[in-house]
Amino acid sequence: MKRLTLMTSGVALFAASMAMANDDLMAQMDNASQWAIQTGDYSNQRYSELDMINKDNVGDLQVAWTFSTGVLRGHEGSPLVVGDTMFVHTPFPNIVYALDLNEQGKIKWRYEPKQDPNVIPVMCCDTVNRGVAYADGKIFLHQADTKVVALDAETGEVLWEAMNGDASKGETNTATVLPVKDKVIVGISGGEFGVRGHVTAYNMETGEQEWRAYSMGPDSDILMDPENTTHLGKPVGADSGTNTWEGDQWMIGGGTTWGWYSYDPEADLIYYGTGNPSTWNPAQRPGDNRWSMTIMARDPDDGMAKWVYQMTPHDEWDFDGVNEMILTDQELDGEMRKLLTHFDRNGLAYTLDRITGELLVAEKYDPAVNWTTGVDMDPESETYGRPAVVAEYSTEQNGEDVNSTGICPAALGTKDQQPASFSPKTGLFYVPTNHVCMDYEPFRVSYTAGQPYVGATLAMYPAPDSHGGMGNFIAWDNLAGEIKWSIPEQFSVWSGALATAGDVVFYGTLEGYLKAVDSETGDELYKFKTPSGIIGNVMTYEHDGKQYIGILSGVGGWAGIGLAAGLTNPNDGLGAVGGYSALSDYTALGGQLTVFALPD
Amino acid sequence: MTRPHILLAATAGLLSATALCAADTVSMDDPNIAVGYEEDGRYYTEDGVPTFNVAEDGTVDWPTFSGFRRYHAECHVCHGPDGEGSTYAPALKKSALTMDYYDFVDVVTNGRQKVGAAENSVMPAFGTNPNVMCYLDDIYTYLKAHGSEAIGRGRPAKKEAKSDVFSENENACMGS
Repeated sequence: MKRLTLMTSGVALFAASMAMANDDLMAQMDNASQWAIQTGDYSNQRYSELDMINKDNVGDLQVAWTFSTGVLRGHEGSPLVVGDTMFVHTPFPNIVYALDLNEQGKIKWRYEPKQDPNVIPVMCCDTVNRGVAYADGKIFLHQADTKVVALDAETGEVLWEAMNGDASKGETNTATVLPVKDKVIVGISGGEFGVRGHVTAYNMETGEQEWRAYSMGPDSDILMDPENTTHLGKPVGADSGTNTWEGDQWMIGGGTTWGWYSYDPEADLIYYGTGNPSTWNPAQRPGDNRWSMTIMARDPDDGMAKWVYQMTPHDEWDFDGVNEMILTDQELDGEMRKLLTHFDRNGLAYTLDRITGELLVAEKYDPAVNWTTGVDMDPESETYGRPAVVAEYSTEQNGEDVNSTGICPAALGTKDQQPASFSPKTGLFYVPTNHVCMDYEPFRVSYTAGQPYVGATLAMYPAPDSHGGMGNFIAWDNLAGEIKWSIPEQFSVWSGALATAGDVVFYGTLEGYLKAVDSETGDELYKFKTPSGIIGNVMTYEHDGKQYIGILSGVGGWAGIGLAAGLTNPNDGLGAVGGYSALSDYTALGGQLTVFALPD
Repeated sequence: MTRPHILLAATAGLLSATALCAADTVSMDDPNIAVGYEEDGRYYTEDGVPTFNVAEDGTVDWPTFSGFRRYHAECHVCHGPDGEGSTYAPALKKSALTMDYYDFVDVVTNGRQKVGAAENSVMPAFGTNPNVMCYLDDIYTYLKAHGSEAIGRGRPAKKEAKSDVFSENENACMGS
């Protein structure tokens, strides 16, 4: 009964606020004292104009206050700050807390959904959630079981709920959502369960589904126009989402959409990437497997794709293309360009024109990357835009039941979802990376709905002949396609970076350190060890004239699975096995927000 | 699977647990581990529980090698590489030693839940998944072999050939 009443009042508000929703969030994001969206802004730059904490005083940083989320396991994403309220989320069971910043973080309200725990093991790789979104006085939570919930930001009351997927078929969620105009854009996880990925728009006021765009399937499913949707400047043609698949494999084809989303209000396009084709055994899905592993540019009003670019046709290594698309306006060859920069799991950093989808730069952002010699950049070539695959590292060419060894990067990618940041002051991108390689052996698997559908076994280990660590934190020039500096890290850097106008870049480490480095040189300026490993993203806000830095601790996710017991290199031969550090020697489960400030 | 059979195996499981407490290393003479007989390339204890066989030159039996592969496709996304455990899921290399074989089969087939204030731990039911069920004994003996340190971490370097009977059973079970 209560819910019915709320739904009705939601409808009443509809007409008045529809046009304003987008403007509201844009105004909130423009206010540098807030952190109104997980990605910092629509451009996903993760840059703050706040400069009270700067490179000269960041060494004096102290813990101002802390908050235990009451949940263990992997804490990804970050809190939001809108007005005087901080919104903190947790992994499953996906509790949301509204904390009153005027009363030292007193809990204004909390929301705990009831979810069937059977969703837990269907989530590949821990029960992480990358946070809530805010728009138009509402908090949007996308739960593990794929229920999308709109809460009243003031009271925590449920305004509407919508079920986006079916967990019994392996459809789950780990991502945040993107509020755009009068819609909430929502993705899906489950690429390791044979889920066919899709992006869906819900009406922000009513929760009604407005459109859904699948990653593969008939043109009417993938919302592509054979004539007007382009791939590297050419029309995609009819049936592009089925004619590069054999049989009905596209129906369980993967290409899930669990990464970050960005939006260019001027171009009126949303950008995101699709994940690996399903299964991990490439022999079971001949063809390019479009549109898995693809950068998508879509119209938020009707979902139609304007342009697409498939980075890794016919994936053979699980290099999901879901990582964030960072939008910048920069001068290239004397001309201002509207750019999109993307650090892919496959180890290549791409710079594209975000209006046309033209490919401008594609270079390795870790010198260890060896599965490809590079991307064909000649528009006249038949293989334009395709990576040249090195036969030795091709799990397709080596075949089923053959163990391909020494492939770099590993399946978790040179970078996973952990988002990079961009500083307009330096013109550099700050990128948390993995420095891990693998052996990969594909074999035949059968599909059962709701069961893992993987089809490969793999072993991961630190990149050989390097510094021995499993990560780097790098500064990247997206125009030249070059690493500016690189900080070796013992473990993969699985935390989202933050750059600020104070010439400081922040990131977290898996051992649990929050680190601050000089944005020009990479010199370490500050570090503090929080209670558990960090896989969350650094955020900042201002309250009562003081700047704060916030980070969630709580080790887990893919990193917590692969690195807990340490990695071994089976190719090192007997005796060397077990020689690498185990994350479990440094940190244990946790769930805590730590907020830092300068002393008074 | 008769009732007395299960009891016998449970006793064997208890014995091996006791042995674990007494000394850190597991004796290959443990009745839950020692090979009683071999049938078509698969090894069993005297009680008919699947076990592994590692030759002096390190050659592992085919089913145990198969278990290594299947483990790293189906199980490692929660339980970590080599059955060593993750930040939240237990190290199965130990479970395979301390847990009775029939209990192991039951948990994999039907799943189990530990959900509470401090723990949200759920093992799914794999009963309908041929990629797991067709290789359940393989996965079990692989974990037992690694748990007892008969094989180390990583991919076993040498393996016996796949037997014809193994291939026949595999094809029948996987439906290919």
